[in-house]
Amino acid sequence: MIDGSQILVTAGIVLAFALNGAVIFTILDVKGASWMQRRPGPLHVGLRGFIFPLAEIIKFFQKEDITPTNVDAPVFKWAPAYVLASVFGLFVVVPISPTLVGSDLDLGVFYLLAISSLSTLGVLTAGWSSANKYSLMGGIRAAGQLIAYELPLILAVVGVVIQAETMSLVGIVEKQIEFGLPFALSGQGLAFLIFMIAATAEMMRVPFDMPIGESELVSGFLTEYSGVRFLIFYIAEYMNMFVLCAVASTLFLGGYHVPLLPPEWVNFYGPVVLITKTVLLGFILVLVRWSFPRFREDQLQNLAWKVLIPLSLLNILITSIMKVVF
Amino acid sequence: MDDILNTGNVPYVSEASVSVEIETEDMTLNIGPQHPSTHGVLRLVAKVDGEKISSVEPVLGYMHRGYEKLAEVRTYPQITTLVNRIDWVSGFANEIPFIAATEKLMEIEAPERAKHIRLILTEMARIASHFVFNGAYALEIGALTPIFLAMEDRERILDLIESVTGGRFHPNFNRIGGVKPAAGSGPTTKKNVQDLPAGFYQETRDAMEKVLEAVERMEDLVGGNEVFKARTKGVGIISKELAEEYGVSGPILRASGVKFDLRTQTDFLPYDKFEYEIPVGENGDCYDRWYVRLLEMRESAKIILQAIDSMPSGPLQTKVPKVIKVPKGRSYVRTENPKGEMGYYVISEGGLGPYRLKIRTPSFSNISILPVLLEGQLLPDLIAIMGSLDFVLGDVDR
Repeated sequence: MIDGSQILVTAGIVLAFALNGAVIFTILDVKGASWMQRRPGPLHVGLRGFIFPLAEIIKFFQKEDITPTNVDAPVFKWAPAYVLASVFGLFVVVPISPTLVGSDLDLGVFYLLAISSLSTLGVLTAGWSSANKYSLMGGIRAAGQLIAYELPLILAVVGVVIQAETMSLVGIVEKQIEFGLPFALSGQGLAFLIFMIAATAEMMRVPFDMPIGESELVSGFLTEYSGVRFLIFYIAEYMNMFVLCAVASTLFLGGYHVPLLPPEWVNFYGPVVLITKTVLLGFILVLVRWSFPRFREDQLQNLAWKVLIPLSLLNILITSIMKVVF
Repeated sequence: MDDILNTGNVPYVSEASVSVEIETEDMTLNIGPQHPSTHGVLRLVAKVDGEKISSVEPVLGYMHRGYEKLAEVRTYPQITTLVNRIDWVSGFANEIPFIAATEKLMEIEAPERAKHIRLILTEMARIASHFVFNGAYALEIGALTPIFLAMEDRERILDLIESVTGGRFHPNFNRIGGVKPAAGSGPTTKKNVQDLPAGFYQETRDAMEKVLEAVERMEDLVGGNEVFKARTKGVGIISKELAEEYGVSGPILRASGVKFDLRTQTDFLPYDKFEYEIPVGENGDCYDRWYVRLLEMRESAKIILQAIDSMPSGPLQTKVPKVIKVPKGRSYVRTENPKGEMGYYVISEGGLGPYRLKIRTPSFSNISILPVLLEGQLLPDLIAIMGSLDFVLGDVDR
C-alpha cells in the first residue's frame, strides 16, 4: 500500500541520492583533473579544494541567462529541464539497499534502458532549437551516438538478465549474493567492459565527447547556453555519470552487497558500499577522460557497429549456452 | 557572399528530386575568426555536407598590424622590437633573420660569443614553440592534460630566456653587431660588460635534462595513445611533391620526407660546429608532423648542451657607430624559424631606417596549402590537420 507520504519520502531519498551523486562526481572529476594536470585550484586552494564546486555553482548563478534572438525559445528554455528530469528518472530503480529503492520494478532493467535514451532527445532538441550550426551538429552527433551505443548497452545487459533470470535490479543483486561472486567475475566480464564503454559514450565523456567537442564544435549543443541553464546541463551530465556507474556496479559488481559484513545490517552499510563501488568506477572514467583524446565520429560508429555489437552478441550466445548446459 | 555572411539561421534547404538520393544544399560553416582551434583569428569559410567538407577558403587579415609599413618609419634598432611580435611563440627566433640581413648590408659580423648566445636563445625559442605546439595539438585532438604539462615545461625555458634577456615573449635582445648585455648580473662598467647571468650554464643544463625527460614523457603520453594514433596517422597526408609545390617549410616539409633545414646552410649562426640530426618523417601525415617536432626538441636540447660546453669568451658586441646608418643596397636573409623558413628582404636607401622591408613568414606560406589539404575531409580532421600545421596568426598576418 503506497500512500502520499511514502511517495514523498521516496522522492526525497531519490532526489538526495541523485544530487549528492552529482556533487560527489563533480568533486571527483575536478580533483582527478587537478591531480593529473597539477592545477592548484581544485587541489589546494580553499579547504583543500573542496570549496571549488561551490564556487563553480555560484559562478553560474552570477552569469546572465541569455536567450539569443533566433532560438526557438520554449524548446531552448525547456531542454535542460527535460534532460535533468530524464536523468532523475534513472535513479528511481537503482537499489541503494534491498529496501531503500525508489521502486523495485519487475521490469527494472527494461525501464532503465528505456529512460536512459530519453536524455539524448533533450540534447537533440537543445541543439536544434539553438539556431546555431555548431549546436545543430552537436545535437545530431549526439543522436547518432545514442543510436550506435544504445544497442551494445542493451545487449550487454541482456547477458546479465539471462544469467540472473530476472529483470528486477534487486533481484539481480540477490542473485549475485546467492552465487557468491559478482557477475563481472563470473561470466559477464566482457559484458561489463562493453557496458562501461557504451555507458561512457552515453554520458558523452572523453573519448566519446564529440557532441560537445570543444575544439571542433566550440561547445556543441551547449554553445548558446549560459548561466543557470548551462549549470543544469552540467549537473545532469554528472548525475548521468553517477547513475550509470551505480547501475554498472549494481548489475556487475554486486551493488550494495559486500562479503563478510552481516546481511542484517545491509540497510546501513548498503548505501556506503554502493557509493564506494560507484566512485571507484567513476575514478576509472576520470582517468580515461583526462588522458585520452577524442575519437572521430566515423571511428566511433565503427567501434560500436563492428566491434562492440558483435562482441555483445557473442556474449549473449555464450551466456545462453552456459545457461542451458549448467 | 550573402550566404557566407549569413550566420543566423541554419540554412537547411532540401530539394527532393526524383533521383534515389535526396539532394541537399551544402551548409556554409564559418569556422572562426572566433573559434577555439583557429589559433587566434583565422577564419575558414567551409562548405560542409554534414560532417564532410566540400571546399574551404581561408580568410586572412583579421590580425594585420602593418609591420612592413611600420618598419619604414622606424630606425633599424627599433625594428627588432616589432619583429619580436610577429610570431610571439618564438619571439627570439624572429629577430635573427632581420639582424642578419642588416648586418649583411653593413658588412659587419657579431663576435663569436654573441653568436653562441644567439644560437642558444634561438634553440630555446624553438623548444618553447614546440612545447606550445605539442600541448595545443593534443588539446585540439581532444586530450586536455598534455597542454598543462607542456606549459609547465615551457615555463622553465621562458624563465631561462627571461634571466638572460629580461623578457619572456619579446626578448628584444639582439643588437646590430651583437647582443644586448644580459640583465641582472651586476653593475655595468665600461670595461666589464654584463654577461650571462650567474648560474646560467648549470640552470640551462638542468633545464635541458628536463626537456629531454619531457620529450620522453610526451612520446609516451600522447604518441603512445591509440586514440591519438587513430586520429592522426594517415590523416592530412602532404606528399613530397605537394609540399614542394606549395612552398611549405620547416617541420611540415621535413615530415613529408624532404631533408631540408636552413640551419645547415646558414653561416650566420655557428650551427656547423655542433652535431645534431635533422628528423625527417616518412608519410607526411599529421602524426609525422607532430613527431618531427617532438624529435626536433630533443635535437635542440642537444645543440644547446653542446653550445654551453663550447662557449667562447670575448666581447658581446662589435664596434658600431652610435647612429646606425645602413649603406644603400638590398639583402635577403632567411633562417630556420621553429615554424619554418623566415626571411627578411631589406631595401636600404642609406637612411636611418629601411626604405622597404618585406617579411616572408613561414605560417603564411604554410597555410596556403589548407584548401587543397582539407577538401573532402571530415570536420574533426579539419581540426587535426589545421593544428598540425602549427601556425600563429601574428605570423600569418604580420
